[in-house]
Amino acid sequence: MSSPSDVREKMRKKRRELQESLGRVRDDKQALVASDWDLSQDNGHTAVEMLAGGEEDPGEALRRSMMAKRMKKKKKLLKEMPVESPPDEELTAVQEQDRPHDDDDDDVQPVRDLPPRPAMRPGSSQSENTMRQRMTEKLRAAKSKAASLLEQESIIEPASRLQSLRDRETLTRFDRDTDPDLRADEDSSFTARLKFRDVARRATTDKRTEAGLPTAEEAYNFFTFNFDPEPQQQPRRKKRRPGRREAEEEGEGEAGEGDGEDEEEGEEERECEGEEESEARDEDAPLVRDEEEDLFLIDQSAQDFLEVRRAEYVDYSRRLQRERDTLFVPSMRTVPASSKLAENVRPRYLEEEGLYVGERPHVGLTNQNILENRILKQGEGRKWFGDDGRIMALPDPIKESSSRPPLFHLEDELDPALQTAYRKALKSKHVNLYISGMGDPQSDYQLDVDVSGLIFSHHPLFSREHVLAARLAQLYDQHLTRQHKSLTRLLTDKLNGLRNTIHNMLELHRGEALSQVTQQRMAEYKQEVRHTRQLRDVEQDKDRALLKSIIRVWKELKALRDFQRFTNTPFKLFVRREKVEREQDEQECEDDIMAEVEELQAETEEDYQKKMSEYRRQHEEWKSWKRKQKVLKKKQKKKRQQEEEEEDEESEEELGEEPEKPDPPEKPDSGSLEEQVREKAARIRRKPGEPVLIPELTVSGPVTPNEQCPRAEFARREDVSKRALFIKVLYNDKEVSRTDSRALNMDFRVHFGQIFNLKIVNWPESIKLQVFEGVGSSSTLLVEVCVPVPESSVLTGSAPSEEMEFSSNQRVTFNHEGVGSGVPFSFETDGTSTQTLLTSGKLSCCVSWAVGEDDVPLAPPSSQPGGGMYSGLGQMDAIACIGASSLNDMKKLGKWAAESRLDPNDPNNTSIMQLLSVVSGGDVAVPEYFRLEQLQEEFNFLTDEELQLSRRFRLLRLRSQEVAEFRHFKCVPSMEREISQKVFQDYEKRLKDGEIIDTKEHIDSHRALVAKYLQKVRESVINRSLIAKHHFMLSDVVSEDEVPSIGGPGAGVLGWNLFKLAEPKRPLKPHRKERKKVTAQNLSDGDIKLLVNIIRGYDIPVRRLHTSKPPVSAKSGRSFTEPFAAPVLSQINQQGSEWPFGQPLIRPFVEVSFQRSVLQTSAAEGPNPCWNEEIVLPFSAPNGDYSSTSLQSVRDEVFINIFDELLSDVVEDERERENTIHTRIARHWLGSIKIPFSTIYLQSRIDGTFKVSTPPVLLGYSKERSLGSEGGYDTIRSLSEGTFLSLFITIEPQLVPGDTVREKMKEIKFDSQEVERLLIASEVFEKEASRHFPDRPCLSTVIDINGKTVFVTRFIRPLNPPQELLDAFPNSPQETAELVARYVSLVPSLPDSVSFAGVCDLWSTCDQFLTLLAGDEEEHAVLLCNYFLSMGRRAWLIIGSAIPEGPTAYVLTYEQNRYLIWNPSTGQHYGQYDIFCPLQTIGCLINSDNVWFNIQPYAAPVRMSFDVSKPKLWKPFFSRSFPDPGLSSVQPEALVYRRTDKAAAVELQDRIEKVLREKIMDWRPRHPTRWNRYCISTLRQFLPKLELSGGREVAEEHRLELQSLLGEYTISGFPLHLPFSEIRPIIEAVHSTGVHKAEAPNVEFALAVHVHPYPGNVLSVWVYIASLLTAQ
Amino acid sequence: MTSNNPAVFLLMINGQIEAADFPEYDDLYCKYCFVYGHDWAPTSGLEEGISQITSKGRGSQSLVWNFPLDITFKSTNPFGWPQIVVSVYGPDTFGNDIVRGYGAVHIPFTPGKHTKTIPMFVPESTSRLQKFTSWLMGRRPEFTDPKVVAQGEGREVTRVRSQGCVTLQFNIVTKDMKKLGYDTTSIEHSPARTPQQL
Repeated sequence: MSSPSDVREKMRKKRRELQESLGRVRDDKQALVASDWDLSQDNGHTAVEMLAGGEEDPGEALRRSMMAKRMKKKKKLLKEMPVESPPDEELTAVQEQDRPHDDDDDDVQPVRDLPPRPAMRPGSSQSENTMRQRMTEKLRAAKSKAASLLEQESIIEPASRLQSLRDRETLTRFDRDTDPDLRADEDSSFTARLKFRDVARRATTDKRTEAGLPTAEEAYNFFTFNFDPEPQQQPRRKKRRPGRREAEEEGEGEAGEGDGEDEEEGEEERECEGEEESEARDEDAPLVRDEEEDLFLIDQSAQDFLEVRRAEYVDYSRRLQRERDTLFVPSMRTVPASSKLAENVRPRYLEEEGLYVGERPHVGLTNQNILENRILKQGEGRKWFGDDGRIMALPDPIKESSSRPPLFHLEDELDPALQTAYRKALKSKHVNLYISGMGDPQSDYQLDVDVSGLIFSHHPLFSREHVLAARLAQLYDQHLTRQHKSLTRLLTDKLNGLRNTIHNMLELHRGEALSQVTQQRMAEYKQEVRHTRQLRDVEQDKDRALLKSIIRVWKELKALRDFQRFTNTPFKLFVRREKVEREQDEQECEDDIMAEVEELQAETEEDYQKKMSEYRRQHEEWKSWKRKQKVLKKKQKKKRQQEEEEEDEESEEELGEEPEKPDPPEKPDSGSLEEQVREKAARIRRKPGEPVLIPELTVSGPVTPNEQCPRAEFARREDVSKRALFIKVLYNDKEVSRTDSRALNMDFRVHFGQIFNLKIVNWPESIKLQVFEGVGSSSTLLVEVCVPVPESSVLTGSAPSEEMEFSSNQRVTFNHEGVGSGVPFSFETDGTSTQTLLTSGKLSCCVSWAVGEDDVPLAPPSSQPGGGMYSGLGQMDAIACIGASSLNDMKKLGKWAAESRLDPNDPNNTSIMQLLSVVSGGDVAVPEYFRLEQLQEEFNFLTDEELQLSRRFRLLRLRSQEVAEFRHFKCVPSMEREISQKVFQDYEKRLKDGEIIDTKEHIDSHRALVAKYLQKVRESVINRSLIAKHHFMLSDVVSEDEVPSIGGPGAGVLGWNLFKLAEPKRPLKPHRKERKKVTAQNLSDGDIKLLVNIIRGYDIPVRRLHTSKPPVSAKSGRSFTEPFAAPVLSQINQQGSEWPFGQPLIRPFVEVSFQRSVLQTSAAEGPNPCWNEEIVLPFSAPNGDYSSTSLQSVRDEVFINIFDELLSDVVEDERERENTIHTRIARHWLGSIKIPFSTIYLQSRIDGTFKVSTPPVLLGYSKERSLGSEGGYDTIRSLSEGTFLSLFITIEPQLVPGDTVREKMKEIKFDSQEVERLLIASEVFEKEASRHFPDRPCLSTVIDINGKTVFVTRFIRPLNPPQELLDAFPNSPQETAELVARYVSLVPSLPDSVSFAGVCDLWSTCDQFLTLLAGDEEEHAVLLCNYFLSMGRRAWLIIGSAIPEGPTAYVLTYEQNRYLIWNPSTGQHYGQYDIFCPLQTIGCLINSDNVWFNIQPYAAPVRMSFDVSKPKLWKPFFSRSFPDPGLSSVQPEALVYRRTDKAAAVELQDRIEKVLREKIMDWRPRHPTRWNRYCISTLRQFLPKLELSGGREVAEEHRLELQSLLGEYTISGFPLHLPFSEIRPIIEAVHSTGVHKAEAPNVEFALAVHVHPYPGNVLSVWVYIASLLTAQ
Repeated sequence: MTSNNPAVFLLMINGQIEAADFPEYDDLYCKYCFVYGHDWAPTSGLEEGISQITSKGRGSQSLVWNFPLDITFKSTNPFGWPQIVVSVYGPDTFGNDIVRGYGAVHIPFTPGKHTKTIPMFVPESTSRLQKFTSWLMGRRPEFTDPKVVAQGEGREVTRVRSQGCVTLQFNIVTKDMKKLGYDTTSIEHSPARTPQQL
């Protein structure tokens, strides 16, 4: 290709030619310019795009081409500016061409080529010109720069040019040369529409040339043209065009004057559009050529350069000729080997030489040939060929199967799971498993496994005779082997030899002194003799025993054969006698004995000497010690005189302990020695002269044929004949082959005689033989025998057959004669002396390495780790070689090595020798113990002591143990020093407190003990609950909807919902929305609020006015609340008449206190006030733990107190009254309700009207019974006495009640002494109950105080109440009952749901309850029920739920045709139809015989029947199908009551009074507290009366009495009654009344305490507290 | 707190819940929260978050949230190292919002950038009938507390089915870990050190 300048030159030339040759069409020139521009700037792009877009949709193409056309037109305008002052020759040329055209067309078509020359546009302004000039200059500069760049590039790097520029240019050219023509033809056949448009277009252009104006059609075309691809530009252009056209029209020939701005704008736009356009054009360019017209417009210029000539035809032969120089067609024929190799080289085949040649990848022969030919054609083609004349190739890398799963992913990113991660190389343990050089075909290894046969020493099918026979055979075998070895003779010979040697030595040195060496040797010999003799004796003994046992067994066998009258085995024993010469024998024997005796004597003598010397030494020592002692004693005496005891002690220490006085050894007795030897000889040796007995076992005996055998034996034989055996050969745990199946013979020997040749690839790890036994087609694995892998020197032919013993622990029994295996059987008829035999036997086989044809052993070389995996290591370290397991026996090993005198030079022993050197070096301290966790020490980062001492670790440990104080400890500091000891203070205090019960609070020691015991019980229960807490149920973890049930008594969700769907909409009926329940896990302080809605109160006591004096006649005048009318009213009152309406008799308000926050309602008026106020109290859980267990254990109670607000005017001066209000607010406590938080939590809301516990006497107040105004409540109030409060209490947000723990405790089984059947039945009963009536508590088993499950009826048993209670009201059973109930209620109540963290109910028996003097409702109820039963009433225990206690236990009695419900904790009783009965639901009734579950539709006592005999209403636990097994009671037979010490009670009384007084004074820190002694003494007298009346109202007379006594005062006060448990609750109760809050300056107080003792340490405490205001 | 003797170490986590792969489901959103031990406290950043609902792209199968995480913890003890619990929710065929997966992963120990993919699972219904009704009513079994998946206790009572996975990216920065004696970098990165006392 030529340089760019050449191209330009050419282009110019062509252009000129074209201009002349082609028609005078106006667009021509424009196109020319455009294409010129194109070529100079965009030729590269265009060409490429042209190729790419060549085959696009023609319609689209057309559109685009039109677009392009438009753009070109625009472009042209741009181009003309540079044209104006041409920077280089090219542009000059263009201008030259422009000018003539311009001259021609000036008048006709100035539109297309806006005159760029300022000279020709006189009208344009100066600024315009300068602007334009600047633009042009800039453009020019850019152009020249580009051009110069191009030139530079062409000079500098022609190569790159070749690729980048020229290539493209050629392409362009090529395209233009050929394509347009072709395309034109094709395109001509396109849609007619296109054509039409084209034609139309042409026509218009033609017309335009004439008219110089856009025709209508053109205009239409123009405006309606679809500019789809560039919708943004379209409107712009549209706007511009018409404007321009106008301008053009105006300024014919010359550019319009007003055009200037427009122009400028246009220019700018064009410039910025330039880029877009060029892009667009890039895309369009190739399409342009699709149409003739477009071609004409755009690429005309390209054709301008073309020179149309005749096609040059080259002669075919010449072309071939020419081609031959450059082209080469490789032939497909095989290349002769000679040409591939160097001259005179014969091809060499590596494979034949035995080298490994991998498999080449497959290449087709023709392709290969072609390749070879091609390579050969090249200069140094031969180097591509290997020695064998083939192309060198690597072995085929492709594996047959893919080694990794195919990756299917759409993104480029690799699935993270499949991403490769770098791992360090691991030495695989299988690396060495393959025998090296496997590629070598010659080195295949072969193992020969010869399975010759097996013999059973025991088989399940053995008959008894077989057992004996087998034993006999075994013994005989032993005998034979012993005989073969003849150890006895060997040892005897050795012994004789040694004796002779000693004898000779003595002879030799007769009379001479023995040298040191000889002496040494003598001693050694003697030692040896001794040793050998012992060995010989043992052997002889064995021989003898064996012989004896052979004969014994044979006798047994014979006996058995006789007994069973048939023979099973062919064994026969002959005993051959070998006569010996008696005399000689005797002589030998005697000699032997004598020699032995002699030796023994010598030995004992020696021994004696040794002992003697030892004795002497010791004796000497002892003597010297004695002497010292004496000296010391003397010294001591002296010292004692001097009284220096210290030294004395020292000296005594020096002396040490007294050594024992040694005893002289006994002199050996030579006579006894001889006897011993003779006796031994008689035992273990044949008697001299007796014939030698040689047993011989033959198998020649006859076996009884089958027909003559009894049936059992026959069956056994049948069974035996059915059996068949075969053996599987497993190599490296893989089955490689198996023997034929061979039938089991009568003699239980199986012969296989098969040899398996295993050609092995892997290193042998294990060779196993599995013996299978089969009956018919089924077979079972009998045993598995491991055969050791042979040494590589063990070769077939030379290897002896080995007998492998095996045994299996299968249990097999038969019902025929076969004795079975693993089961005991007996030879005796009476079945005694049983024995158990296991299947066992011997497998004779041989494993060896095969020998090849040329006597080459086919064993792997032993240099390989054939001997063991660690042999390499073994050379370095003996310990590793032997293995750690034998390390423990290292000492033994060392001993053995020393004894066996190993040759240290033997290379086989190197490991051991090294080990021994290590041992003797003492480097390895062999542990004397076995360690279980060897690595534990490595993990100990601290010693245990440090761990104990460290505060941080202690804190961490306590936290993980979930100790209450630390359970939620956040952020344990990282440094020891940051933890202060204070952290543990509370905890340690608590621990200490657990030990020492504060006697101050418990007053008498008995209660202290009880408290201690309770504490322990509590702890154990808490531990249980901790366990339970970590026991999860599915419902704890996963919340899942129940399957909706259709209908049913429970939640018939689906049925109900379906019904609801059909229900008409009732917009006015609001629906109650379920509140969202919150799991108590992610809560924090302040999230939970307690809502107490106090609605209204009923029957609140009203103020009673003092009769003697008007109450408000204070100095200050009147009370606010009771103005002038008061005296009048009081008089009316005195007459018993009613209060007038509108009289504020009382201003009660309610104060709710909970967890240190106290809130109150506003004061309402009247005895039946309506507050309707909501009180919101914050709740915070202990330790910030909001888990359900923790919430359950919250002990806080909600106190709801009713107060009367008393306003008293304290304006001192009457004159100020007009403008000052100065009141004192006093409040008087009227009553309270206590609701434990746990109840609210468990019930989630408490709604109802509750009785306010009011004191029996309320001084200054009285009940107004029948207040007519509120008629609606009359009926209710008439039914029961007392004050009531309507309340609604709930927790916001609603917490999921966590009764799960209770449920879970059931999961954890407690021990029980109940029968399993009963427990299961009870579980079923409870489950059933809770399924049908989930809200009714059901109880059948309970947990007693020892944590054992006990059936509940066992708790019910008539028990005697204290006699004095029964004696109190001998005439009135009702009153007695009430008294008993009161007694029970006086036992302090300690709800275990609080104390035991809601874990479970612990039921204690009545005696335990009375000893502990604490218990919850269950215990109270049980006790009361038992009392009632003993009083001859019909009584049941009610398990139900009440308000406010929640689930609880009441007592039901039946008398005088009515049912009474007793609340055991208060002692109150209600009739069945009492609307104010706190019992809301009755779940079940319990008495000593049965448990009945309530299956009535209603559970409220008012609406149900208590007739338990009706099975439709009450479901009994014990029914006809499951009768009562007669459970004994856990209760004692009778209760013993201890008389309570009256003196102690009095003491307690004083004590309480003192404490309370101090407390009250403490609570009033800012005011003096005055005590009115007179009042106190009066009150004190009243209290016993109250006790006697049982707390019932004695109010009226009492009040009157008091009034009369203390007429001067306004008294407000009341007695409180409490059972006594601790002093703290009493203080609390007093405090909660708020009496101490009276702040009048002249207030006085009165406090009296009375303790009434009941039997059994039950104490009733009365506290009378009153405030007195001096009524002056 | 002087820099020489720090009492706490800091763990700064930022990263994002990048994407999830739930082949059958679409229009999912996710919630995340952190579970950590007693000795840990977040000093800044959000402990919990809920993402936008994302739908699958036309071609791609993954649901991209790119939901940023940024939180800093301080602690005195590596025990209870924070874990992130991710739970994914989305509508079922009836448009009920149900859980599509739970998953948890420990925050990486070592500083640097980590990409974690958590396979997700949901608890199974206890019976077939339950399964059917839960499908019908659009109330599948859920964990009472998603934090369950970050702890081992009580898991034995559940049966779960795995579906989908979520990819998270963490960038971890720690401070003062080494000063307190905790070396979390692997041996390859740091030269051999003498074991420090805790």
